[in-house]
Amino acid sequence: MADDKKSGGMSQMSEQVQASQAWGSIFRPGSIFRKGYSDSPRNRSYVIMNSVLYHLHPVKVKRHAVKVSYTLCLGGLSFFLFIHLTVTGIFLMFFYRPTAAQAWNDIQTLQTAVGFGLLVRNMHRWAAHLMVLSVFLHMARVFYHGAYKPPREFNWVIGVMLLQFTLLLSFTGYLLPWDQLALWAVTVGTNMMGFTPVFGEQVRFVLLGGVEIGTDTLLRWYTLHVLMLPFVLVIFLAIHFWRVRKDGGISGPL
Amino acid sequence: MTEIPEHLRKRAEAAKAKAKAAAGGDAPSADTPPADAPTGTAPTGDEKIPSHLLNRGTAAADMPAAPAGGPAAPVGGSGPDGHNQRLLTVVKSGSIQDTRALPVDKVHVWPHLLVAEFLSALAVTLFLLLFAIFVNAPLLELADFNKTPNPSKAPWYFLGLQELLTMFHPMVAGVTIPGIGLILLVMAPYIDRNPSKRPEDRKFAISLMTVHLMFWAVLVMIGSFFRGPGFNFVFPWNAGLFFEL
Ligand code: HEM
Repeated sequence: MADDKKSGGMSQMSEQVQASQAWGSIFRPGSIFRKGYSDSPRNRSYVIMNSVLYHLHPVKVKRHAVKVSYTLCLGGLSFFLFIHLTVTGIFLMFFYRPTAAQAWNDIQTLQTAVGFGLLVRNMHRWAAHLMVLSVFLHMARVFYHGAYKPPREFNWVIGVMLLQFTLLLSFTGYLLPWDQLALWAVTVGTNMMGFTPVFGEQVRFVLLGGVEIGTDTLLRWYTLHVLMLPFVLVIFLAIHFWRVRKDGGISGPL
Repeated sequence: MTEIPEHLRKRAEAAKAKAKAAAGGDAPSADTPPADAPTGTAPTGDEKIPSHLLNRGTAAADMPAAPAGGPAAPVGGSGPDGHNQRLLTVVKSGSIQDTRALPVDKVHVWPHLLVAEFLSALAVTLFLLLFAIFVNAPLLELADFNKTPNPSKAPWYFLGLQELLTMFHPMVAGVTIPGIGLILLVMAPYIDRNPSKRPEDRKFAISLMTVHLMFWAVLVMIGSFFRGPGFNFVFPWNAGLFFEL
């Protein structure tokens, strides 16, 4: 029980804090932050059940589901890379203005005059490439396990959407440094989309925010990159994770 | 034995006392008795269900005229015979019980899964950090509409498509083929009706996917490393690399 009567100042204070209404309103009854943690099956359950982790994980999973050799952690890593990209991306946003006149200079300044600027930009870039790779490998692993079979068909469909949003996120980000690499890679890419039957011209116009790539394209892709696509991706991620659970946890063993 | 948290125990005691009080007629005192003190008056030994509820079914069947229940039970129900509950259906044994999940060997997410997740996140962070320290992201000269680099390449994951452009009309390479590929990918679970997940039963599906993945991997690789000025085929060891990430 919780009534160890040590009269040290610190422990008395922490007891008072834990008895206060504010503390009690933050941590749910049974939270390990109210009672302290000692290893027991009950407390192991409470760690998940009485925290926000309960949105991501059940209290228990099949023993097989924690085998790293099955998922290779690829789905989890894709998610982690997405979080990593969000954090580093917010840092980059502090120093970047999406206009043709300023974008390239801002990146240049970021690399040379901002503390950790170069490092964070590097991490953002490599994490982006790595995420494309890991999402792709995750898809391959799901396919080879036949994990798209009933009842998981729909989660596969959600997954293909996630793959596309991941590619779009990466591609819209590619333009932002506004250097020769960015401009011409995007020119090649959008020219391809201009060949969409019937609506080709319109598709290109909407994508570029004009007939040619320019400062309007930059603003448009910036907004897509930092706001709309992450927003949509997160919604699909929520559905994806929810379905993993509702479909009975991950598949397998084979 | 694991300890029961104080507040939970109190709550359970209070609930039990309340249930007993609600059982009304046959419970002698509505005071809160200690939970562990056995009370001889509990009619069925199962204290969770108030006795008037337990008895109501039989009472209703036996004497339809007299509404059953102690003083705590709601009186004057609006249904037939003054009852406010009635039997809707009888579920045969076997139809529900047999669908119950078989016991599965499970482990706690904390620590078994969370530790693995945390460690792999740490490993990736470390890898990214080291990679970012030693390899710089490219930043070429300022974008210039009048200077087309030769070759101009899309990002690597689109180089397979760009490679197709050298073989087909742009509409076929840029829209038709990727479009069909994407639709097939989305539809995979609905096309592949084979219920088995065992690799030896899925030889066809696995071969098809592998050929497909190899096809794109080879195209991406050719596009990345074997295409030089004019997007002509070159060997990287002769002509050098024309590839930026
Ligand atoms: C942003 C991209 C994605 C993220 C963050 C993600 C995340 C996850 C996670 C964390 C899991 C749990 C099991 C595991 O880690 O492997 C999972 C399972 C799954 N994912 Fe994804 N995923 C993504 C993209 C995809 C794609 C592209 C597909 C397929 C086209 C897909 C299809 C599935 C399916 C079917 C499962 C259930 C697998 C099973 O039960 O074994 N996901 N995903």
